[in-house]
Amino acid sequence: MASPTTSELLELTAAGALRRIDEGELPADEVFDAYAEVAAAEELNAYLWRAEPGTRPTPPSADESEQLRGLPVAVKDLFCTEGIKTTAGSRILEGYRPPYTATAVRRLSQAGARVLGKTNMDEFAMGSSNENSAYGPVLNPWDRARVPGGSSGGSAAAVAGRLAPWAIGTDTGGSIRQPASLCGIVGLKPTYGAISRYGMVAFASSLDQCGPLTRDVTDAALLLRAMEGRDPLDSTSVGIDGGVELPSREDLGGLRVGVARDFSHHAEGVEPGVAETFERSLATIEQLGGSIEEIELPHAEHGISAYYVLAPAEASANLARYDGVRYGLRVDGVADLVAMYERTRARGFGLEVKRRIMLGTYALSSGYYEAYYGSAQKVRTLIARDFERAFERCDLVVTPTSPSVAFELGARTADPLAMYLSDYFTVPMSLAGIPAISIPAGLAEPPGGGTPLPVGLQLAAPAFAESRLLDAAHALELAIDFQERPA
Amino acid sequence: MTTENGWRQRYEPVIGLEIHVQLSTRTKMFCGCELSFGEQPNLHTCPICLAHPGSLPVTNEQAVRYALQIALALDCEIAPRSIFHRKNYFYPDNPKAYQISQYDIPLATAGRLGDVRIHRVHLEEDAAKLVHVSASGRIHGSGSSLVDFNRGGTPLVEIVTEPDLDDPATAREWLQLLRTTIKQIGVSDVNMEEGSLRCDANVSLRPVGADALGVKAELKNMNSFRFLERGINAELERQAALLDAEEQVEQETLHFDPRSGELTPLRSKEYAHDYRYFPEPDLVPLAPTEAMLSEARESLPELPASRRERYLAELELADKQATQLAFDADLGAYFEAALAAADGTTPKVIANWVTGELVASLREAKADDADPASSRVSPDALAKLAGMVERKEISTGAARRVLATLVAEGGDPTRIVEREGLGQLDDSGELEAIVARAVESDPEAAARVRDGNMKAIGPLVGFVMRETKGRADGGEVTRLIRERLGLG
Ligand SMILES: [Zn+2]
Repeated sequence: MASPTTSELLELTAAGALRRIDEGELPADEVFDAYAEVAAAEELNAYLWRAEPGTRPTPPSADESEQLRGLPVAVKDLFCTEGIKTTAGSRILEGYRPPYTATAVRRLSQAGARVLGKTNMDEFAMGSSNENSAYGPVLNPWDRARVPGGSSGGSAAAVAGRLAPWAIGTDTGGSIRQPASLCGIVGLKPTYGAISRYGMVAFASSLDQCGPLTRDVTDAALLLRAMEGRDPLDSTSVGIDGGVELPSREDLGGLRVGVARDFSHHAEGVEPGVAETFERSLATIEQLGGSIEEIELPHAEHGISAYYVLAPAEASANLARYDGVRYGLRVDGVADLVAMYERTRARGFGLEVKRRIMLGTYALSSGYYEAYYGSAQKVRTLIARDFERAFERCDLVVTPTSPSVAFELGARTADPLAMYLSDYFTVPMSLAGIPAISIPAGLAEPPGGGTPLPVGLQLAAPAFAESRLLDAAHALELAIDFQERPA
Repeated sequence: MTTENGWRQRYEPVIGLEIHVQLSTRTKMFCGCELSFGEQPNLHTCPICLAHPGSLPVTNEQAVRYALQIALALDCEIAPRSIFHRKNYFYPDNPKAYQISQYDIPLATAGRLGDVRIHRVHLEEDAAKLVHVSASGRIHGSGSSLVDFNRGGTPLVEIVTEPDLDDPATAREWLQLLRTTIKQIGVSDVNMEEGSLRCDANVSLRPVGADALGVKAELKNMNSFRFLERGINAELERQAALLDAEEQVEQETLHFDPRSGELTPLRSKEYAHDYRYFPEPDLVPLAPTEAMLSEARESLPELPASRRERYLAELELADKQATQLAFDADLGAYFEAALAAADGTTPKVIANWVTGELVASLREAKADDADPASSRVSPDALAKLAGMVERKEISTGAARRVLATLVAEGGDPTRIVEREGLGQLDDSGELEAIVARAVESDPEAAARVRDGNMKAIGPLVGFVMRETKGRADGGEVTRLIRERLGLG
């Protein structure tokens, strides 16, 4: 077979590109160069930093374990990369060049991948539309008047817009799965503890988890396999026992798939197109030999409320280190230390970040702690128990990933609550710490009509059952056969 | 002394201590940077202890072992599963803007050392060091401040006592006992001047006989044993004066200024915090395994309290001497080494030489607080010397002269005795001849002694000692003089 043209090359999955490289049909460096070219010329505002075309980073070593063959990977700007500016989408980290590299990125490099660019994101991963970036919103490649979702919106848009073969992001309450859904790609949030958080700028430490955003399920498995594992630098990391097998399953015979009607139907504003696509996915599951089990997740609907206490509480402490003393932005010329703190943080943080710092500070304050933080922790425990009970009756749980397709830029910026509800279906899995994946399930018209847009299906599995999750997602992916591309 | 002051009849002091001990681990509490003291600023730092974005803490296992040893030495109950919390506050010495500490479930609780109950023992990290460029050395009013992160993240054990102390001097003694205990374990330098041992005191007064506690003040920065006692004394005086004037004692934090001996309230911004404690999500709970616990238990050396018991029961030392040797780590270690080197010498004789002559001559030679371990007198030499005295090979006077030589130059006592001819006069013929000369040289004194005035024997003994250069045994000399004068 002849070597592919550039546009063919950009359509390849990472696994597809690797196969051709291995078969000698595609020089490995060509893939990196091609993506460096398109990334340099991109118009989605997906990248905050790009490798210069022609200045390919050298692969770390040439040993045979280097299974990723110098392929480019886009990295959310929340991961520290030594010597490469890392902003977390915030003005307060403008000009900051970390002295070290995040474990997840280091592992990818060790596996032979090369950092193609750092992707745009909601400031400190706080947002569901990427409109909270201090460096401007990312545009959805399916419709540039719409948001790509968030907070890993730059990574999702880059993969969907053929500006990167694959990318990594982070998910605290849906920040990988929701943008993957809105951009028509695959997004996996692994079990909490599967991948090291070392070097990932913290938003909410007990929820943050790194994961892949890819064109298909196999690519997600490849990235997960390269990144997972216990890291002595992260006490909460454990890795995945037994590692990650590449998915091969083509049916769902014998699998019990749980649907929590109550939870799904309590969601306000599930768009009709999303609901229809979801029902179609359930039918596909049955056609593949899976059985649909009615289950209950009685506390899941309170997930958003608990999440918006716990995540801001942790964030209020995690973001306190940005004080202008050691790195990043500092507003000088003020009367004293406290004024320097105040002015630096006032100028450095955006509106949503400030809102969450206030929420979190309040929730932890003396006299309110039990009522807010304490209650939210109890809800979290109840939700985790809901899933444990559900998994006694089923092997997987499915929900829509997002109640809506990609919405228009600016549509929800004035209504934080509406924005927070974007994560209604994804937050409970984050609170329970279990793995969940979003795969494209089809296209649906937005409520007001217009070009059909991607709809995601979310599958969740018990903790560390990533192989089961990926296998089922693989079988569904084959059956759904989502071939649509952004124009 | 304050005990003479009138208010003592009316009020009773209630004192509790809060002690911070820097552990002498190889590395910091939550990162791999080495501990250092007095080095170039900011040399021992990394993304973790500088709180760079994305960095995470990892608990130092050696620090946990050390803290367990301290907790066990203080007879505490170890929590099967304790957790770390974040204590939130903004200050440049605190780069994360939270200190990782322990809160509602500390490492250990309910212990005791001597007469004082231990409320809790927990692990935390030390702050960085701030250098304020101002006359006061404090941040307010200073033109600029410098931060040295070398100290930031040093493992600290915080020990909180119950308010079981009722006197500044007792508080000082107890702190010394605690210091010795920790020094004995070998997990800290426990040096107050260098800050590896820090003590705050909670001080209040209540009417004699009352059960309820009075309003307490927290005293900070008493960085020596002497200052601790002085600070508490000063605060007790201040509170007594307030109570006598029927004024309220306010709950506040006071800073002790060792130069003026005065207590000044810290500005509210420096201490009035809502710390917004919550469980540290970056760390897993601390659950010491049975193996860790038994290892910590087994590695504990003999501690002052039980050492004192042994000295009393087995070595038959006097109470005061046993306490001194058991509670002063340096002296105790020296005594133990001398005991080990001794060849059949009675321990009490060695103890007398260590606590008496040795301490005295070291004080004379240097300033106070002379550490016998760093002196030229090896424990071996001292044991030998004590043995020679006990076996009457040399007189006490001669032994003192040998000791002075040892303090000045070190060496082997046997050689010194030989070199300086200080061996006991065992040829009684020679001694008798000198005694005869003594009686002849001072017939007046001889007559008074003969008449029964034994006090007059002094000049005669003195003559003999001068002639023998102190080599003669005092008892033997007295016996010979009396014999000579027909009083035998
Ligand atoms: Zn460090």
